[in-house]
Amino acid sequence: MRKVWDIHGGIHPLENKDQSNQLPIEFAGIPEQLVFPLSQHIGAPAVAIVGVGQKVLKGEMIAEAKGLVSVAVHASTSGEVIAIQDNPVPHPSTMSAPCITLKSDGKDQWIEHQGINNYLNLDRTELVNHIRNAGIAGMGGAGFPSAVKLSVRGEQTVETLIINGTECEPYITSDDCLMRERADEIIAGIEILRYLINPMKETLIGIEDNKPEAIAALNRAAEGTAINVVSFPTKYPSGGEKQLIQILTGKEVPAGGLPGDVGIVCQNIGTTVAIYRAIAHGEPLISRITTVTGNACDHNTNYEVLLGTPVSYLLDHSGFHQKKCSRLIMGGPMMGFTLENSNVPIVKTSNCILAPTVDELPPPTPAQACIRCGMCAEVCPASLLPQQLYWFSRGKEYEKLEDHNLMDCIECGACSYACPSNIPLVQYYRASKADIREQKQDAIKAEQSKMRFEARQERLDRQEAEKEAKRKARKLAAEERARDNNNPDPIQAAIDRAKAKKASVKSEKPAAENATESLDRARLKEVLANVEKRLVTAKEKLKQAEQQGSDNVEAFRTAVEKTNSKYLKTKQELITFNAVNPALSDSSSMPAEKKILTGDAAQDAIAKALAKRDAASSMTDEERLQNAVSAVTKRLQKAQQKLAEEQRQEGEHIDLLTNAVAKLDLKLADADAAYQQFQNNNHD
Amino acid sequence: MALLNITSPHTSGPLDTGKVMQLVLIATIPGVLALHWHFGWGVLINIVWASIAALGAEALALALRKRPIKFYLSDFSVLVTAVLLAISIPPYSPWWLITVGIVFSVLIAKHLYGGIGYNPFNPAMVGYVVLLISFPIEMTTWASPRQAYDGQLPSLIESITVLFSGRDALPIFSLDGITMATPLDILKQNSTLTVEDLWTKFPQFGQWGGLGWEWANIGFLAGGIFLLTQRVFTWHAPISMLVSLTVMSAFFYDSGSSISGGSPLFHLLSGATMFGAFFIVTDPVTSAVSNKGKIIYGALIGVLLYLIRLWGSYPDAMAFSVLLMNFAAPFLDYYTQPRTYGHAKKDRSKSEGGQ
Amino acid sequence: MTELIAQYPFFAALLALLVLGIPFGGLLGFAAVKFKTEGNPIADQVESLLPQTQCGQCSYPGCRPYAEAIANGEAINKCPPGGESTIQALADLLDVEAVPLDAEHGEENVKTVAYIREDECIGCTKCIQACPVDAILGAAKQMHTVIVSECTGCDLCVEPCPVDCIDMLPIETTLQSWRWNLPKPVEILATDRTTDKEVAA
Repeated sequence: MRKVWDIHGGIHPLENKDQSNQLPIEFAGIPEQLVFPLSQHIGAPAVAIVGVGQKVLKGEMIAEAKGLVSVAVHASTSGEVIAIQDNPVPHPSTMSAPCITLKSDGKDQWIEHQGINNYLNLDRTELVNHIRNAGIAGMGGAGFPSAVKLSVRGEQTVETLIINGTECEPYITSDDCLMRERADEIIAGIEILRYLINPMKETLIGIEDNKPEAIAALNRAAEGTAINVVSFPTKYPSGGEKQLIQILTGKEVPAGGLPGDVGIVCQNIGTTVAIYRAIAHGEPLISRITTVTGNACDHNTNYEVLLGTPVSYLLDHSGFHQKKCSRLIMGGPMMGFTLENSNVPIVKTSNCILAPTVDELPPPTPAQACIRCGMCAEVCPASLLPQQLYWFSRGKEYEKLEDHNLMDCIECGACSYACPSNIPLVQYYRASKADIREQKQDAIKAEQSKMRFEARQERLDRQEAEKEAKRKARKLAAEERARDNNNPDPIQAAIDRAKAKKASVKSEKPAAENATESLDRARLKEVLANVEKRLVTAKEKLKQAEQQGSDNVEAFRTAVEKTNSKYLKTKQELITFNAVNPALSDSSSMPAEKKILTGDAAQDAIAKALAKRDAASSMTDEERLQNAVSAVTKRLQKAQQKLAEEQRQEGEHIDLLTNAVAKLDLKLADADAAYQQFQNNNHD
Repeated sequence: MALLNITSPHTSGPLDTGKVMQLVLIATIPGVLALHWHFGWGVLINIVWASIAALGAEALALALRKRPIKFYLSDFSVLVTAVLLAISIPPYSPWWLITVGIVFSVLIAKHLYGGIGYNPFNPAMVGYVVLLISFPIEMTTWASPRQAYDGQLPSLIESITVLFSGRDALPIFSLDGITMATPLDILKQNSTLTVEDLWTKFPQFGQWGGLGWEWANIGFLAGGIFLLTQRVFTWHAPISMLVSLTVMSAFFYDSGSSISGGSPLFHLLSGATMFGAFFIVTDPVTSAVSNKGKIIYGALIGVLLYLIRLWGSYPDAMAFSVLLMNFAAPFLDYYTQPRTYGHAKKDRSKSEGGQ
Repeated sequence: MTELIAQYPFFAALLALLVLGIPFGGLLGFAAVKFKTEGNPIADQVESLLPQTQCGQCSYPGCRPYAEAIANGEAINKCPPGGESTIQALADLLDVEAVPLDAEHGEENVKTVAYIREDECIGCTKCIQACPVDAILGAAKQMHTVIVSECTGCDLCVEPCPVDCIDMLPIETTLQSWRWNLPKPVEILATDRTTDKEVAA
């Protein structure tokens, strides 16, 4: 006997396997319609390569893998594609997803296919390609693309190939029956895997000791091969990949790692058969063994089911009593999920349909308070502290959850099973895991947003800086120019500047010709005011100089005289200007008038608004609605006019205006409707 | 077709909280019967009265907190508290004593902290300590076991009378010897006699751990083993407590001189040892959760128990030791996290300490 | 030596303090230079907790300014996109009481993403200028579109649009993004709080 290791924790729920493993595997038959979800695996959904109305043959690829981590889908019987649309899929969310619906023609006609006689002559990559084209995904649980698992992975060598025939979940017997009946195919499939993976050390088939027939059958078939059948005590969840690896090798898959990290590859029993059929017969994965069991079905057995077969079809075959059934579970009672309705199809990972009665699996009783009994920690196969995780989940303390390794929870449900207070622990963990993942994604997105925001900010700043620099450069250039045609004497320079200014003012004049003359008047007035100011200061300065008996008195006096003459001149200019423009001269007092007028206007507006408000408040609802209608009508008319004009001129805003008109039309309809309704209501 | 849509698992184990509590109640039967045999009706009357008071207090608390009364009463947790406290209180105690203890246990130690599952301290032990500190005389005068004196134990009627009117109401309680110091008491006070002398001088020492006490302890041990087989709790805490108590008492035994602490057997079968080990230490709510934590928790209770028994000012110390270790439970849990599958051993000293 | 100290206790003490003070002062000065932290570390930490939607609902022009304001004592409950979880995280970081979201700055809504009804877009580029994270593509008089993966759902682009062709659509759940929610609490503290509120009301 080979040494086996023990896993921490685990439980022994009632096995309930005898109901379904007594009879040989039955072929379920061909349903009228089959539904193929494009995503039956982990990774990118497949892409449909058939069109509605297209006839397909059994085994024909109807959707191809998209990218490396993806799996193709094949028609499981011949018929016609009648729809490619969203259909309910087997998923705990009860949501819909893209599916191809096939109407079978009953002929079940195979596409031409051929096996590979001697795969040993084929290159490994080519063989993996065959498996990829056969659409094989892990048939045990998650549906990981098998080809990806088998691809050559750089430096990593595989020591041990493990075939998982544990099937530790209660009720499910699909692998059990497969092992009993098709041991030869399994062994042949494993030989292919051995060729592909080339395990350096050993190849093990792990089976719980509650399946003696399967163990015997496999032992018989494996005789003379390097394949070792290992049985070990029954305990849930020894079938978990990580747990099985621990049981068979004593090694632990490092947290966040893959079995490959410890030199191990794990495959499911069902997958080995699929691989055998793909290589030896050239048949893609189009059927699987599914257990139908539970007391709400009269006939509990294992079916060979065409993928895409509706669950309801299987149930009808099994004498299903809906009234007795408390819930429909896809998978086992420990990790399966409930189906909201039975119209979903069997997919590559559907190992069991469980239809229990209320007595069999009673609805959960209300959760009581956690009494920290620690039974959950006793049974946890990952050696977590479930009750601590529960408290942290409730408190949404994500850091502590991660610190307590929530992410290593395999959601086996042993803790919930053991909990005397019936707390739905697994749901807490699932929700919290999702929260943590979301938070991480949000954090990544926030980081990204921040970077983009900062980049944008930088860009805006840069643009601003560039503008500023240009402005400065212009100013500098202007100054430079001014300095160029100027002599070093600062006084002269100042005079020149003044002249230049004057000149520029003058030169602006023609440009401003179109502007109203009042602008000129304003300028004159301004000049006048300036000169007056200067005159005043000059006089003051003169006075000061006189008082102080300064030497400059004379100079100041001339300055005053000069300024005075300038003042007079400017005044004269203004007067002549006013004389030349008599019409405007009248309006020299216009600003004041305007002020009054605007004052009046404001008052008018206020008065108007007040009146309007009064009117509005005194208006009845009916009037208000009527007004609304008429206002909108007016706007509509205006818009239509504009549109017509635009159309005449073939302007570029036609589209825009058409939209606006349409919008207003709608608004009018709304207003009208409101008015009508009001009237109706009043009449009632 | 609308079917139930809930998360897995869809099946649950055979135990639920109510059943766990019922099992605990059943497991107290052998010990209680032993106590009853030796100390008379007082024990059962304690239990009955405490249960009534506890149900009342619980219902009151639930009503005040606007909780479904029936739902919570059906978890039997308050009855466990009541029975455990009632067993700890000396038989033939007045009704008010028991009621005060229960009210304190249920209202303050349990519901003020948030009800079942949220109490950091063992409610029964909190009630016991409150009574012990507030009413030291009532709480330390244990009736003598029937073999220790000539008189008869009070009858059922007499016992009920005592419950409502106090011990003074009954002539039998004025007799000499109806109450006497417990063996643990005597051992603690003793500084002149060897252990062997004590055994010959005082009849209440019985065979191993005190008349009556030894059988009560054996009864509780039997109940504890029953609970272990039912997987209501794991062996870690009780066994480690008993082992540490044994080690402590063996270390200080010094083969029975006048300053001896008593033999390991004496300590194992005296006072509240077995009762505490299997019914108090194993209280899941207030003890450590991880297995390693439970071992440390139990062991430290054993050490504290022995230290207080010998050198403290109270004769028995179950309640104090347990309450002290209740403080430490979260801390123990934090530092005794098991190694998760696929992880290297966690170095707690490097992560942030304390919860 | 001891005699001297005994004779002049006051000066001895003064001297001792001086002798102690000089090296320690030096040490502090050295530490201040050597371990100088760049920028405002608290603001940085706060910023790392903010959702970076740059939506300005907090009345600050972006997450960084709000983070700096929080570091200077601004209230932590003004970030609707972050919601309760951000407030909680900020409260933990700053060791203050977590307060409910300030309704004045909006409510915590479902996450949304901007969607431009492309046939109505007139190509005015106003939304492009408004977008704080450059998540809108397009040029003048050309149709614009939103880069969904970069949109933070801040809705700053909705207001400037002259033809109201931008919708804020809730992000839809897909099979991939679907998740279990926490079970409904059946007991204890949650209901305690509601009853308290009822009493208060």
